[in-house]
Amino acid sequence: MLTGNLLWVLVGTILLGVAAGLNGTFSFLQKQSLVGDAAAHAALPGIALAYLVFETKELPILMIGAAITSGLSVYMIQWIVNQSKLKADAAIALVLSVSFGIGIVLISIVNQSTAGNQSGLNDFIFGKAATMAKSDLIWLSGSALLIILMCLLFFKEWKLMIFDPVFAKGIGLPVERLRTLLTALTVLTIVTGIQAVGVILMAAMLIIPAAAARYWSSHLGIILVTSAFFGALSGAFGTMVSSLRIGLSTGPIIVLVAATLFLLSFFFAPTRGLLSKLRKKKEFKQRRVAQEAMSHE
Amino acid sequence: MNEFWVILTGALVGITCGLTGVFLILRKTAMIADAISHTVLFGIVMAFMITQSLNGFWMLIGAAAAGILTAYLVQVLQTGGLQEDAAIGVVFTSLFALGVLFITLFAGNVHLDVEHVLMGEIAFVPWDTWIILGVEMPKAVWMLLIVLSLNLLFLFFFYKEIKLSTFDPVFALSIGLPIVAMHYSFMTLVSLTTVATFDSVGAVLVVAMLVGPSATAYLMSKSVSGMIVWSMTFGVTASVTGYYLAKFWNTSISGMMAALVGVLFMLVFLLKPHDGLLWKTVKRVRLNNTKSVV
Repeated sequence: MLTGNLLWVLVGTILLGVAAGLNGTFSFLQKQSLVGDAAAHAALPGIALAYLVFETKELPILMIGAAITSGLSVYMIQWIVNQSKLKADAAIALVLSVSFGIGIVLISIVNQSTAGNQSGLNDFIFGKAATMAKSDLIWLSGSALLIILMCLLFFKEWKLMIFDPVFAKGIGLPVERLRTLLTALTVLTIVTGIQAVGVILMAAMLIIPAAAARYWSSHLGIILVTSAFFGALSGAFGTMVSSLRIGLSTGPIIVLVAATLFLLSFFFAPTRGLLSKLRKKKEFKQRRVAQEAMSHE
Repeated sequence: MNEFWVILTGALVGITCGLTGVFLILRKTAMIADAISHTVLFGIVMAFMITQSLNGFWMLIGAAAAGILTAYLVQVLQTGGLQEDAAIGVVFTSLFALGVLFITLFAGNVHLDVEHVLMGEIAFVPWDTWIILGVEMPKAVWMLLIVLSLNLLFLFFFYKEIKLSTFDPVFALSIGLPIVAMHYSFMTLVSLTTVATFDSVGAVLVVAMLVGPSATAYLMSKSVSGMIVWSMTFGVTASVTGYYLAKFWNTSISGMMAALVGVLFMLVFLLKPHDGLLWKTVKRVRLNNTKSVV
């Protein structure tokens, strides 16, 4: 079953899961999770535009197009929030839906210019990891490795920037530049993952493992490792399951595996999980009752 | 005649979404609307799996249930200690993925395909008709009219209440308004609006129609009633112009409508007298010049 190509796909999605898990944790802690969602939707017009201009399906060129528009969308959100009285949620929803609309317009133009539905750009909406070509997977793995490396390299600086930006500025860290770098890396993560997972569900890869990992610890290091592990697990599982049947998109299944991991964490994680919280409440109540009984004797 | 129905549908989408969208912006719940527009897919698939039919009525029920479920789950995760943006992100991506999976597994060969759900096809609206009370009109027009009148009824009876619970929830609670019930009934209306606009513009682009015109209206007006009027105007303008431009360039109508929503927003954002970005910049430059003269 583990033939050559599937092995490559597996390596690719696992690396992607690790990269998204690490990067997602940082954007989760910055409360920027939904900006990632908008950036992922905004990759669609970039892909279509790159295809229209260069008339090629080479992944690197499409990725550059996607990176430009999704980076632009993050910048637009900040610009709208800074320059008008609109709140962040409205700006995110607006940029997300309008850029997705423009993407659909461009894709339908592409589908008309190439005979029928030959361009295969529609696959970018839900992802087709199981049928990706080997050269594309090498690109995917390479850029995922780069993201992982960067996350490890800037671990200390980002940690400080997220938890105490004022102190970070005080000791001379270039906080604004670090923040831009983190955003750029988020965009790179999204662009890396869209062919495998699709633009709509790529945000889930960034959000769900990080949110699940948060239940297991309050130490950034442990959260990062857990989140990377959850990401890798959902990538691997999702790919295996979706390769079992033809016509099954990879994206939804990866997301559902991640969601299952999230539910398990939400209920059963020690100390922060729902069950252990309930148990603690109960124990506290019993102790109170016992104490009351003692004091009445 | 077909063109008339398509344009009427577009205009009704603009009016209905414009109306609901105003309160989405004011209550800062635009992203929950985005979440609901994705999870409505799940509700429709569930309704299809249970009833085995594509009856519009059951679709409305399924969508409403999915909308309430989404709002409720987000609330549960938030009280469980998860920050709001992540709670929304987790809920809607999971339910959406589940919806897509169910479609590919169980409903692959019916009309319910994912692309149709995402992008809609307003050009096909005139051929799918319903006869109610002896009047034959396209299904989409009927559904939009029903949902629009529900929205209007809700606002007619609770306009004061929803305004108060939007701007001062603490005071509203203290005088005994059921603000939780208000929240959930509003979210139900949002999901009904989403499913009614679904056939014409699709699940993802509904967000553009819900949030875009009302966000633009938010920049234009300082009163709620003014916002509602502007928002409807922008919605209708975007959908009608979007239709003609899409016809002219022969491309996706729903995508063009969303793009037009963006264009309208940018126009107001940049050019509005007094608060527009361009106006502000000109004023600043002039001020700098007078200073240097002095």
